[in-house]
Amino acid sequence: MRRQKVLVLYTSNSALDSAVVGWSRYDGTGETRHMAGDAEEPPYRTGLDALKDGWRLFQASQLLPHSRGSEFDVSYLKYEFWFEQLVEVNP
Amino acid sequence: MSDLPLLDAHDMARFAARGFLRMDAVVPDEINAQFLAEVGEIAQPQPGRKLRAAYGQLLAQAGIPEVGAGTPLARTYPQGSALARLLELPVVAGAIRSLVGEDPTFDHHFLHVTFPPAYHEAGGGENVSQHTHQDSTIDPRQAFDVQIMYYPHAVTREMGGTRFVPGTHLRKVSEAALGRYQNIRGQQHMVCEAGTLLFLHSGVWHGGGVNLSDRTRTMFKIRMNPSRSQVRMFDVSTLESPAGQRPIFYLKGPQPRSVEQILMTPEPWFEDDTGRLELLNRVKLWRYLTGDPSYDADYWLTRVENLAEA
Repeated sequence: MRRQKVLVLYTSNSALDSAVVGWSRYDGTGETRHMAGDAEEPPYRTGLDALKDGWRLFQASQLLPHSRGSEFDVSYLKYEFWFEQLVEVNP
Repeated sequence: MSDLPLLDAHDMARFAARGFLRMDAVVPDEINAQFLAEVGEIAQPQPGRKLRAAYGQLLAQAGIPEVGAGTPLARTYPQGSALARLLELPVVAGAIRSLVGEDPTFDHHFLHVTFPPAYHEAGGGENVSQHTHQDSTIDPRQAFDVQIMYYPHAVTREMGGTRFVPGTHLRKVSEAALGRYQNIRGQQHMVCEAGTLLFLHSGVWHGGGVNLSDRTRTMFKIRMNPSRSQVRMFDVSTLESPAGQRPIFYLKGPQPRSVEQILMTPEPWFEDDTGRLELLNRVKLWRYLTGDPSYDADYWLTRVENLAEA
């Protein structure tokens, strides 16, 4: 039986090899429980480092044009990369 | 000019840049003890008793008044109560005046109690930290509210403490939409002595930390709104008068400490491009706070406002 582990990295620009500034982890095997505020240092320095460690990228945020009149507005973190690992677990 | 000890220009610039102001152990022990006595005893965990029930009982029994939103802050707490005494401390009253102006309005308050593992085990719930969020809802104003977080007893790292991300206050987001961000570089956890206050710009991203200790953690939050102008309410006599804009990029050495230096200091989580927008938005906030529509730091607004008109 397989379960999914998910890693979300937020980087400093749209390049996967740029520095990680935010991160989240979800463990579908139930072995670990990650939550807000549980680490001060990111698990990887860059998204590329996560690839090298066996994480599979399955989604990246788009680059969207800035709408007129709100060019200087800031809101959510902009460069979001979703990774997964599929792990065999005993039923 | 107020007789209160107002924030100086550098403190105010730090608040504009980072969205918080921390005052460690500023509330005397006597007021802390009075406040905890007014809150009352927190019931011990009982098997099968849901945490919500314990919380409801605590709120009902606490000697903290229910107060209607929109009440003048000065009339919110009974004279002589711990919270009235706290708000009357000159250093607190001076900071409030500097940040939200004269005669602020009470918005709401809340007694945040974070329970240790035994309560969660007894009630069958999971002991986890609160998702990161921005309070209230999307708030496109330049004006802002202030939230005072009051820590009446010492908080250790094991007890969790309020987690917040300096410099996020200018982001226009929708409350718990931030929930997927577990960790952000530069986040801080409130580990502090009793009587510490954290003044937060209402936009700062934050959340309660998980309590892994063996005692409850209590924090009291008061949100207040400006009822009049927020402009030039700090000690404006401490504002510097630079002759012009300072040099940028090509520098031969460290720059002197100044409002500009404070406003232009990035946070560890800043993205390369939107980090520049953060700096630009800090300049806009400083224009608002100083009532100076021509103010700029490091040329960010001057450049984009140059319409090449004669």
